[in-house]
Amino acid sequence: MTIVVCIKQVPNTGNVKINPETKTLMREGVVSIINPFDCYALEEGVRLKERFGGKVIVVSMGPPQAEAALREAISLGADEAVLVSDRAFAGSDTLATSYTLATTIKKLGVVDIIICGKQAVDGDTAQVGPGIAVHLGYPQITFVRKIEKIENATIVAERMTEEGYDVVEAQMPVVISVVKEINQPRIASLKGKMNAKKATVPVMTAEAIGADRARLGLDGSPTWVAEVFAPPARGGGRRLEGAPAEMAAELVKELKALQVL
Amino acid sequence: MNWFLTETQQMIKETAREIAQKVIKPAAIEFDEKNEFPWDIQKVIADAGLFGVYVSEEYGGMLGPDDGMGIMNLVIATEELSKACGGISLCLAATALGTIPIILMGSEEQKKKYLPDLASGKKIAAFGLTEAGAGSDAGSIQTTAKRDGDHYILNGTKQWITNGEVAETYSIVAMTDKKKGARGASAFIVEKGTPGFSFGKKEDKMGIRASSTYELVFEDCRVPAANMLGKEGMGFLTAMRTFDMSRPGVAAQALGIAGGALDDAVAYARTREQFGKPIVSNQGLRFLLADMSIRVETARAMVYAVARSIDSGDHKCSKESAIAKTYASDIAMQVTTDAVQVFGGYGYMKEYPMEKRMRDAKITQIYEGTNQIQRDVIGLQLVKEAASGE
Repeated sequence: MTIVVCIKQVPNTGNVKINPETKTLMREGVVSIINPFDCYALEEGVRLKERFGGKVIVVSMGPPQAEAALREAISLGADEAVLVSDRAFAGSDTLATSYTLATTIKKLGVVDIIICGKQAVDGDTAQVGPGIAVHLGYPQITFVRKIEKIENATIVAERMTEEGYDVVEAQMPVVISVVKEINQPRIASLKGKMNAKKATVPVMTAEAIGADRARLGLDGSPTWVAEVFAPPARGGGRRLEGAPAEMAAELVKELKALQVL
Repeated sequence: MNWFLTETQQMIKETAREIAQKVIKPAAIEFDEKNEFPWDIQKVIADAGLFGVYVSEEYGGMLGPDDGMGIMNLVIATEELSKACGGISLCLAATALGTIPIILMGSEEQKKKYLPDLASGKKIAAFGLTEAGAGSDAGSIQTTAKRDGDHYILNGTKQWITNGEVAETYSIVAMTDKKKGARGASAFIVEKGTPGFSFGKKEDKMGIRASSTYELVFEDCRVPAANMLGKEGMGFLTAMRTFDMSRPGVAAQALGIAGGALDDAVAYARTREQFGKPIVSNQGLRFLLADMSIRVETARAMVYAVARSIDSGDHKCSKESAIAKTYASDIAMQVTTDAVQVFGGYGYMKEYPMEKRMRDAKITQIYEGTNQIQRDVIGLQLVKEAASGE
């Protein structure tokens, strides 16, 4: 089984600041990590390999420093890594990014399953995984919390919803995006770390993947960011106290005053 | 501070630290309370490859031809794991204690048969020397091994055996010729499940309660003669050579327990407020932390120095090995006691991990040679060196 896992290098959340002038993330001094949801995708890919044999190829589109994330993925069990990197990709929105990744995956040859994290913690769009499926013309199962079985080129997976879960069957090759309930990622082994150190990470450019230039980067991105800002801190609010009936009456009065009711 | 770790040792340190902080620390209190061996955590440590750090590549470990005996590797792994729990970490150091006799004295055949599963952590090892009447006076063991054709028949009871019951591979010392005293002892590899080999009492201990400690009972247990380590009469030598190499591991356990206590004490002192300010703003408390740090750092310097000396091929470091074990365990007792003091009332409560560290630290002054025996080794060696004009 050939498994492709798409990962993104993101700033470690919790300490991210936005430059109000340029409206971009201030990356100086911020540690970069593998997008946490992608760690679950990678773990699931490695587990599939351990069950069915084959190999895990991890793919990332990003600047040259994203190589560090790919090496970390090798230490966690991936067999090969590909960095998709080119100035031409700068400014890509989710459409251009998913086109670039899909084009890269096509170039890799026969693939049985493509696994993505449900979303990246920096952009929070959850669009790249589904985008890849559309560009490749493969079925997709999003928010997967469990792979029930894989048999005769068919996958059955549980897809998490707000009310519970759906059981979805799809033909392979397939694109799935996973939620954190799916597994507990492993700790990198010493052997894995040594493999990561020794591995060569090839860089694929726009030319190497044979992409249509008009569909890349800013030119290929119909969406652009008009403004980025940190939301203002929430106000204190007002706490109602007393018997439930009194509180309910007070609440209705307030809501009427605010013309909500 | 730059400890001049090799790239591999740096990896070992990071891996062990990640396991300690993510997996062991959140579970330490629970397994201590339950007095239970943590199989799931043992698997995480094994899968990460830490059981192979002192076993050569040839037998499935990760020790290259230029890496010496791997004692420094073992020390680093044990220290980091012990920062989170001195009981859970012990499985690794005690497996090394049961495996080193095979590395030192095993035939090529024995090494090929036993080392790969021990290096991968698929199987755990244990070492059996101590008996009810033979602790510090190891020469007076009563367990016997009587030759019978292609086998030896073992009879006797070993006491307080770490990894007892959970281990699959046991290095056991028994008397093949009682008349010869210490020179009449021999060492054997005994596999779990050998008829006549069973487990007696499970010990209920003060500390290191996540570590499994059992009596081993041998009743007409037939062990193939091919499982003898070295030759007849080499049992005591095997044990002493093993201890010279394994003592830094115990020292590292003590060092880790102390280091973990110091880390937590500093963090607590920065956040705990009394009289409207963090308690660390009191110079008296900072002095206490400083003294704890002085002890931890000097112990680390000694433990690392001995481990590296052994790795370089030094066979004459019994004295220094004893100093490292004695010093690291004595300071571990002091530092954990002081850390409880820093935590005040919370330090005394089972809800917090400090009182446990004090209980865990205590054993390191007792086992693998009490600190009194260690001082005896050191003192006698001083006299010997002076007499020989070294």
